[in-house]
Amino acid sequence: MRTTPFHERLAPLNQTHLWHHWAGYLVADKYQHSVPFEYLATRNSVALFDTSPLFKYRIAGPDATQFLAGVLTRDIRTCDVGQAHYTVWCDDGGYVLEDGVVLRTGDDEYLLTTAEPNLAYLSRLLGDRKVDIIDTSDDYGILAIQGPHAADVLDRLTPAPSALAYFGLVDTDIDRRSVTVSRTGFTGDLGYEVWVRSRDAIAVCDAVLEAGADYQLTPIGMQALAMARLDAGMLLIDVDYDSARHAWTDAFRETPIELGLGWMLGGDDDRAYIGRLAHRRERGQGTSRWKTVGIQVDPAAYERLYNEEGLIAPKEGVYVDHTLSLYDRDFNADAGARYVGYVSSFMFSPLLKRHIGLAKIPLDRAAPGTEVWLELMVAHRPKYVPAQVVKTPFYDPARKTADLGGGST
Amino acid sequence: MTNTYDVIVIGGGHNGLVNAAYLARAGLNTVVLERRGVIGGAALTEELIPGFHFTTFSYALSLLRPDIVHDLELVKHGMMVIPMPTTFNPMENGDYLLLGPDAGENYHEIARHSKHDAEAYHDYNTIMDRVCQAVKPLLDEVPPNVVSDDPAELARMAKLAGHLRSLDPAVLHMLVRLISGSAADILDEYFESDVVKGMLASSSIIGSKVGPRSQGSGLVLLFHKLGEIDGVFGEWGFHKGGNGGFTQAVGRAAQAFGAEIRLEASVSEVIVKDGEAAGVALDSGEELYASTVVSALDPRRTFTQFVDPRDLPTDLVTAVDNLKFQGTSAKVNFALDAPPNYPALDGRTDIYRGFINIGPSMDYLERAFDDAKYGHFSTRPFIDACVQTMLDPDMAPPGKHIMSCFIQYAPYELADSDWDTERDNLGDTVQDTIESFFPGFGDLVIHREVVTPLDIERTVGLTEGNIFAAEFLTPQMFLFRPAPGWNQYRTPINGYYQCGSGTHPGGCVMGAPGRLAARQILGDLQA
Repeated sequence: MRTTPFHERLAPLNQTHLWHHWAGYLVADKYQHSVPFEYLATRNSVALFDTSPLFKYRIAGPDATQFLAGVLTRDIRTCDVGQAHYTVWCDDGGYVLEDGVVLRTGDDEYLLTTAEPNLAYLSRLLGDRKVDIIDTSDDYGILAIQGPHAADVLDRLTPAPSALAYFGLVDTDIDRRSVTVSRTGFTGDLGYEVWVRSRDAIAVCDAVLEAGADYQLTPIGMQALAMARLDAGMLLIDVDYDSARHAWTDAFRETPIELGLGWMLGGDDDRAYIGRLAHRRERGQGTSRWKTVGIQVDPAAYERLYNEEGLIAPKEGVYVDHTLSLYDRDFNADAGARYVGYVSSFMFSPLLKRHIGLAKIPLDRAAPGTEVWLELMVAHRPKYVPAQVVKTPFYDPARKTADLGGGST
Repeated sequence: MTNTYDVIVIGGGHNGLVNAAYLARAGLNTVVLERRGVIGGAALTEELIPGFHFTTFSYALSLLRPDIVHDLELVKHGMMVIPMPTTFNPMENGDYLLLGPDAGENYHEIARHSKHDAEAYHDYNTIMDRVCQAVKPLLDEVPPNVVSDDPAELARMAKLAGHLRSLDPAVLHMLVRLISGSAADILDEYFESDVVKGMLASSSIIGSKVGPRSQGSGLVLLFHKLGEIDGVFGEWGFHKGGNGGFTQAVGRAAQAFGAEIRLEASVSEVIVKDGEAAGVALDSGEELYASTVVSALDPRRTFTQFVDPRDLPTDLVTAVDNLKFQGTSAKVNFALDAPPNYPALDGRTDIYRGFINIGPSMDYLERAFDDAKYGHFSTRPFIDACVQTMLDPDMAPPGKHIMSCFIQYAPYELADSDWDTERDNLGDTVQDTIESFFPGFGDLVIHREVVTPLDIERTVGLTEGNIFAAEFLTPQMFLFRPAPGWNQYRTPINGYYQCGSGTHPGGCVMGAPGRLAARQILGDLQA
């Protein structure tokens, strides 16, 4: 298994010796035994996450903007130099292939991060456009610095990022090494991602660890990150949706509108991006099959469900990334209850003190406040607990997007 | 500013605020009157020197009732509980016991001291968890009235008996042993190593004038296991910004529901007309009117300070007079230049993410208690410490630290001296004790705050400095807290209620008294 450019420095910090295999790389599952403690660093102090295994593509050339405008669902022409976009790209049936972040580093130059390889796919779409797509995945490591003190830590290393707006990016130096810093991340909190040349990775990592020590900078693993992104209502590929590229049936294909990303489609611009006809049809005819929404479980009912069986209701450590069924009523009380959808990821949030989940629900049940019943296995038997459709993000601190005015938090 | 309300709550500690929030949520025009210039009572965080935030009194959370968090939407108002994943027990021979969240790792760590204990630890936690699960529902219910012959109350006593009868006999027996016996009796059965017994016995003495070998320590042990963080019994957490951060969140919730909070509003008496509460008079001479008045203060103040004891039944006055307070705990809080260093784990600071328990054996704790029996503070005190900046860096300037130390024993009534004389001597004794485990500790100290039981009484108003607003002794709990027949938040004066920690289920920042009193008040108003 390959290791990331930061591995040499971060590996000794992993007290658990548990590693996750991510895209062929080792990334810590958790650095310490308490996942909630790691997770809370993203909300309370500052967390460090090694996100290097992402695929990274440099897309450059005179036709780069025109090319990406036809591939990405969100209009890249509205992304200025020095800004980034969270975006998706779709197949011609309008189904999402993947989501990712694209950084506009120059007039004709972009960096695209993806969870799965996209070099062949993108290259096939080039035609004779003057665009080079280069796989720079091995050339960079990326360190995510996330949490309320993220700006304070970076301030100690370089003044440049403190003025960054949400989804802004800047080239600067840390410890005399060139880096690109973007105000992005996968935690839904104030945060930055630092792109560093692989050969400089250890030096920059050391500088970040040292600068963060006074703020209890806490390295976090995949488990804590997965929890933070769920609080933030962010989708995880292969969990909350599957790439249409390798899907077997339509049950595993979803459109941006069904995923709650319809805002990316823009207005009535005539941009010829892949999937636009299907998206227009879906919007015009209202053919969405479901909507991706948040649900939160009734805490007292959850408690009761377990207590009645003589058990303690599980909270800490509950994180489920396989599907759970949703019904319109309590099936045990009413055999006429109907299956209405499913939860794709579910957890107890140690911050919100609630069980929350992302769910696929038919449009007529997707309005906030609608009641659905979640099936849980309690003492080896299916039981049903009421839950309510709620808006996402579940947690959305003002500091995430706040203008920091060049100062610290 | 109006002077007429539906409800006046006296005291802006956590229970007063919880009570007011529930009543305001139900639509009642509610005001909280706080004597000091800040809310929180003993759950308070103070910036004593610039950038350093001290949890002067109460310093951790566990027993807070989960329902309150949801009902009052506390997370929206800034509640954030950081779990404390470790317990570090330094030993007098330089060794240590360091426990964390991994059961397997804990097994091997305890096994360094005793393989027998490493295995028994799991058994002990299983039976204790089962007892906690059996007792927990009682924390969230108004207790029955044992002296009433009202059929509804008889039915509730019967329901309680039914609940006890439904328990596994082993669970019931352990419960009875805990509420009547000593922690030592139980711990000696399960364990053989001093450090394991010392660690567990430490939670059998908190806030109480008992040693681990005293009858009554079992109940204190049970209470400190009854708390939970996210469904795990016995876990403790640190609120962002200290417990003052917590009460600020409750205050914001209360205000969001429409309650008014008036600071520097010191109540001199409850106005009673024809046996009914009619309002309060303030020290300023101002009078405020409401037909419901709730005291969040301790039973001594509720029944003998705000109202005329002659208006109360004699047996109630006697019971309140006889309540045991006898505060026995102190706090010594430090601002530090750097975290302490433990020689056997040189340079490691991740050992401070939870409690540091200086109570290395039951003998150590019992000897500390021996001093208190005769009116002296312990020459080698038990210390429950926490370097809170390890959990929340915002408690001190970057790179600096705050360390909260809970101290026992420091009896309220000293033989041959007084606390104004002994305050610094206690501080020195505590600092010397820490120094003996963490050499060089004294060099790290930037500032020291010593809080004696007398200071607790003077500043917060808790009688004799008892942190639970009446001791956690079985005859003062549940059916009898604060007095037989007056354990349902009402008083003999119509419209006058009690919601402080001196009512069921008690202190420890549970919030349950405030919540249950609100339930009772709202029920009475509807009747």
